[in-house]
Amino acid sequence: MRLAKPSTNKRGTALKTVRALLLLPLLVIGVVSVQAQSPTYGVGRTPTENEIRLWDIAIGPRGEELPAGSGSVDMGSELYLSKGCAGCHGTTGSGGMAPRLIKRDAGPNADPWDYGRVLPIRSPYATTVWDFINRAMPLGAEGTLTADEVYSLTAYLFFLNDVVEDGTELNEKTLPQIQMPNRSNWVQVPDWLPGQPRLEGYPY
Amino acid sequence: MSQKKTDRREFLKRSAALAGAVGLGAAKPALGQDHEHTPVAPEPGAFIRGSDEMTAYGSRSRFVNSVRIPHGGRESPDAFGLDFHIATPLQDSVGEITPSSLHYMGTTRGSFVPDIDPDEHRLMVHGMVDNPIVFSMEDLKRMPSVTRKHFIECAGNRSRSSHTTIQETHGMTSNAEWTGVLLSTVLKEAGVHADADWVVAEGVEEVKGASSIPMAKAMDDCLLCYGMNGEPVRPQQGFPLRLLAPGFEGIFNVKWLRRIKVVDEYYMTYNDFGHLTRDPVNAALGYQIGPKSVITYPSGGQQLPGAGFYEIGGLAWSGGGRVSRVEISTDGGRSWTDADIRGTAEPMAHTRFSYEWTWDGSECELQSRCIDEIGQIQPSRQQALDFWSTDGERATFVKGQDNSIQPWRVARDGSVHNAIS
Repeated sequence: MRLAKPSTNKRGTALKTVRALLLLPLLVIGVVSVQAQSPTYGVGRTPTENEIRLWDIAIGPRGEELPAGSGSVDMGSELYLSKGCAGCHGTTGSGGMAPRLIKRDAGPNADPWDYGRVLPIRSPYATTVWDFINRAMPLGAEGTLTADEVYSLTAYLFFLNDVVEDGTELNEKTLPQIQMPNRSNWVQVPDWLPGQPRLEGYPY
Repeated sequence: MSQKKTDRREFLKRSAALAGAVGLGAAKPALGQDHEHTPVAPEPGAFIRGSDEMTAYGSRSRFVNSVRIPHGGRESPDAFGLDFHIATPLQDSVGEITPSSLHYMGTTRGSFVPDIDPDEHRLMVHGMVDNPIVFSMEDLKRMPSVTRKHFIECAGNRSRSSHTTIQETHGMTSNAEWTGVLLSTVLKEAGVHADADWVVAEGVEEVKGASSIPMAKAMDDCLLCYGMNGEPVRPQQGFPLRLLAPGFEGIFNVKWLRRIKVVDEYYMTYNDFGHLTRDPVNAALGYQIGPKSVITYPSGGQQLPGAGFYEIGGLAWSGGGRVSRVEISTDGGRSWTDADIRGTAEPMAHTRFSYEWTWDGSECELQSRCIDEIGQIQPSRQQALDFWSTDGERATFVKGQDNSIQPWRVARDGSVHNAIS
């Protein structure tokens, strides 16, 4: 978790500022953030750091939330069979009932978008692949894979799609550094503002 | 003839008339106008016996059989008990509210509906905030609440030529009255850092579906809903807590909500991956639902009994705000007239419109067109296809969410058909 940054939020009331100032001597002893907003209603409870860590399975592109662990292409290829992935996704990563996991043959010098809607090759970030396997696989036993197993399966899927070489090992440090072919080859959704048309100049 | 026999004969005659009335009732509601038969004042054919069930949680008439159907050619539930897409019977809708039992359902992949004890459920708000908070459902109900009508629509809600009824063409949208806490209230309570610009909303179902939502939307009108149409949110709709992102595509309205994480970049969750594109136009059209409307009566598969007066009825909505105007064409889009807006148009809510029409019995094509308060106009299918066509390549498919006008063709025999070719 990153350190809380000093808030420049202006929503606080004068009263809250007074309260914060009264607390100032206490706060500077222990923490850096001195302008923390105080709650208005005080309903609910404060989670512990450990509780947040246990709940927080959303892995952002920087990979800061990744748990410590490691896995290899070799281990991944074994897990792909033993965990039942092959049953739905096909033994070669295609041909099953579930979405395909291996890129389509698009010839030499193919554009990454020609490989099809295949998560482990189209995703701009390696973290999305890790995150989805971790939270949503395998079908019927979601959330049962260990961190090491998720690193291994991710490594194997990247190997199948020529994103990493055979023998690669991945961990919480190396996974976010993988340069996916579409890393910069997509567009961010534009800033959304209330009361605005979906697209400026769109006739309807 | 004895008085007893006369009474008996009268009783039998009366019973026969009643039996006839019951039979007729299904086909011709206007019993009193049927001059072929002996006039008889309408009487109920039978009575519903009181029961503990009817006392506790009433049910609709056995003569009302409007139901949802699986959508998109996939079973729901499937052999494993997974729910997939389920479409609402808009052809039978009246007013603006979709009954909770008939509200459409969408899932990111087949899904078991979580069976959650609300006493055990928690919502955590954390990430780039000064005060991370865990709320129980009891806590959330102590917070200041709002009640608002909003539609939800699946991005895949589109009319195809193979569809015959409005349930198939438009059934993946519904409208309910939602009660809950504004997400902004909870985010202010937690104290969002100035450089945070996204939130990730996550459900507790087996895939833990998560979507990235812009902070501007989160602070504007997103709702943490525990109430739906005057009672707790239904399990298929996210009991005990769901997010409502009014006017955004269905997938953003995260059900079984357990976590709001405040972050400083687009998180590219698996749900977000579904929106991945390198076309800036597609990206811009990727979350806010466009202006849309559809005539619910007369609509595909329905039958008009003959020429004469009809009130055309329908629903209009937009992710951009209130519906400001609806226009009707009865000549296939050549001329347009304003429809009446029924009730009060509310932001990002189904709005009912009507139009007084006398059908002359000739073949015609009915269309409706929505104009919203920020000036967006619902396109014809032709306009939408023109937009997506390139030099030399004629588009046959409206990319992304399809909000184009739905034409219904009324044939001379009164049958109504999907006029999309």
